[in-house]
Amino acid sequence: MSTTTPIEPDFAVSAGLVQPRLPRWGSALVAVMALALAGLLTMVLGLSLVAGFVVAALLFVVGLPLWSRMVEGSRAAADRFATCLVWASFAAVVVPLVWLVWLVLKNGFGVLSVEFLTYSMRGIVGEGGGIYHALMGTLLVTLAATLISVPIGLFTAIYLVEYGRGGRLARTTTFLVDVMTGIPSIVAGLFALALFVMIFGPAIRIGFGGSVALSLLMIPTVVRSAEEMLRLVPSDLREASYALGVPKWRTIIKVVLPTAFGGIVTGIVLAISRVIGETAPLLVVAGATDSVNMNLFSGRMMTLPVYIYTQYSSPGVPAFGETGPPPGYARAWGAALVLIAIVMVLNLAARILQKTFAPKTERRR
Amino acid sequence: MTFSAPTEATRKPVVRLGDRLFAGTARTAALIIMLALAGVFVFLTIEGLPGLTAPESIYKPADDFWSYVGPLVFGTILAAIVALVIAVPFSIGVALFISHYAPPRLAAPIAYVIDLLAAIPSVVYGLWGGLALAHSMTPAINWLYDNLSFIPFFAGPPSVTGRTMLTAGIVLAIMVIPITTAISREVFAQVPRLHEEAAMALGATRWETIRLAVFPYARSGVVSGVMLGLGRALGETMAVAMVLSATPVVTLNLISNTNPATIASNIASNYKEATPDRQALLIATGLVLFAVTFAVNFVARLIVSRHEKKVSR
Repeated sequence: MSTTTPIEPDFAVSAGLVQPRLPRWGSALVAVMALALAGLLTMVLGLSLVAGFVVAALLFVVGLPLWSRMVEGSRAAADRFATCLVWASFAAVVVPLVWLVWLVLKNGFGVLSVEFLTYSMRGIVGEGGGIYHALMGTLLVTLAATLISVPIGLFTAIYLVEYGRGGRLARTTTFLVDVMTGIPSIVAGLFALALFVMIFGPAIRIGFGGSVALSLLMIPTVVRSAEEMLRLVPSDLREASYALGVPKWRTIIKVVLPTAFGGIVTGIVLAISRVIGETAPLLVVAGATDSVNMNLFSGRMMTLPVYIYTQYSSPGVPAFGETGPPPGYARAWGAALVLIAIVMVLNLAARILQKTFAPKTERRR
Repeated sequence: MTFSAPTEATRKPVVRLGDRLFAGTARTAALIIMLALAGVFVFLTIEGLPGLTAPESIYKPADDFWSYVGPLVFGTILAAIVALVIAVPFSIGVALFISHYAPPRLAAPIAYVIDLLAAIPSVVYGLWGGLALAHSMTPAINWLYDNLSFIPFFAGPPSVTGRTMLTAGIVLAIMVIPITTAISREVFAQVPRLHEEAAMALGATRWETIRLAVFPYARSGVVSGVMLGLGRALGETMAVAMVLSATPVVTLNLISNTNPATIASNIASNYKEATPDRQALLIATGLVLFAVTFAVNFVARLIVSRHEKKVSR
């Protein structure tokens, strides 16, 4: 609908009104050329496949901005260079993730069997054995940690949202929860160790100590998510309940908590998935053992992450006359697969819960 | 039933027993958190203090606490710095990719996948680093030695196994990236739309928009994300313990066989044969680590809260 006559492209370019642009297929062309050149170099110099890809990426990242600089000018070239770098950094981060997951799947699936899941390592020297004791240990220790941290975390969140009202205790608690988020996991383990050493003497190693250490890591996550969810509950609901003469504590139990239920459970599940893979604190305070121990309060207790570590650090030797990797490595990969599967299932469950309960409250973003 | 007019005594709201109990429980929970954190300090100090002044033989091969913990602190900081040098550019790149470059429909799933990186247990990263990455690093390490050995970091001789500080740093970097990315992505997304549109209206390219409108606004947020990542890199145990075979040395050399341990990995690899004296020593080093990470996190929180004030203004 414009009344001006379109300017001839050539005129526009020569008059400096329109910048010349690279053709639309320019980047594809550079990519093909970079790949071809890198392939040639790989064959001539005998580089490895990975090195070839690195060379190709470098050629592309250098080549496209150079061409752009000749045609489009330096500003557009800088823009293209930045775009290349951003895409390259993303690709570079995805590579290790894919590599790791693929390795765990490849090496882990071969090990998985009914025996692997239902046998302990008691009396196993070479191949064989399983993760039953570690699986049970992980479940028990994490369950106890959850039982400790959920009440404390939930009630702290209730205090912060419903009772604290920005008072000194509330502000201090918020700050301390922030600090707790940053505690290195091994320090949490040492804390539990120091605590139980003071009570029971220096040689103590019990599963419950692991639960204490894990709950120290879990509480801040629970507090944070529960607090956020409780704040999302509209105050209209609370006021309506007060107007009916319901006491505050019943309002919290019957109105506030049910409204925020989905979000709180999601937060708890995510917190569990965060601590279930912790190794260092359990290594320090729960110790390692080869046999099944179902008693949290006595004796060393094996857990999956510690199992992976011990199988890795003392993998044993292959049976006499055979060669190949030590048998412990295979078991470590198998246990890693089981552990990652547990973590991913927990994460997925949290996501599904979040989706299911989301419409009840307005989400911030 | 009769109603009496409210007198001075009854005007105060009735506090029921249930209310008092519930409020008390909630306050107790908050206090427990305070006690727990104080307990971390107190118990570590009580159990760790004997480690400061133990007989000389405990500190083998060093001869007192500070010369024992010195190389460990150095190793911790070196590993964390290597990790950050690798992780920070990549995190900013990935965060920009998610917030500004990726096709909008892909951005959310990609962000989720990057968050999943953080969910993988550290021991699995260590397993991967020790059994897969270390071996694959040997050509790169040899190349660095052949071409760049004049830089002290790559002075060599190159490790044959690939279990070097550089490898540990890369594993740590991959564990730090999700944290730093998550926070950077959040602040990049918070940049006011109008700032960006103003820059674009003046004819800025996408990169210039990011440089002029996004980075100045997001700087403090990114810095705090980096500090949180630093906190994680300092405290990470298993990845380093599983990749490095440590000797108590102070060296900048990233690609040789002799590498300093970090505080955390030293605890993990020595707890097993710990006598009570030795155990006290390890707890004391843990206290040092706690102090360092506490300081780092404290600074990070300070920067974040200053940023929040700036945003809300």
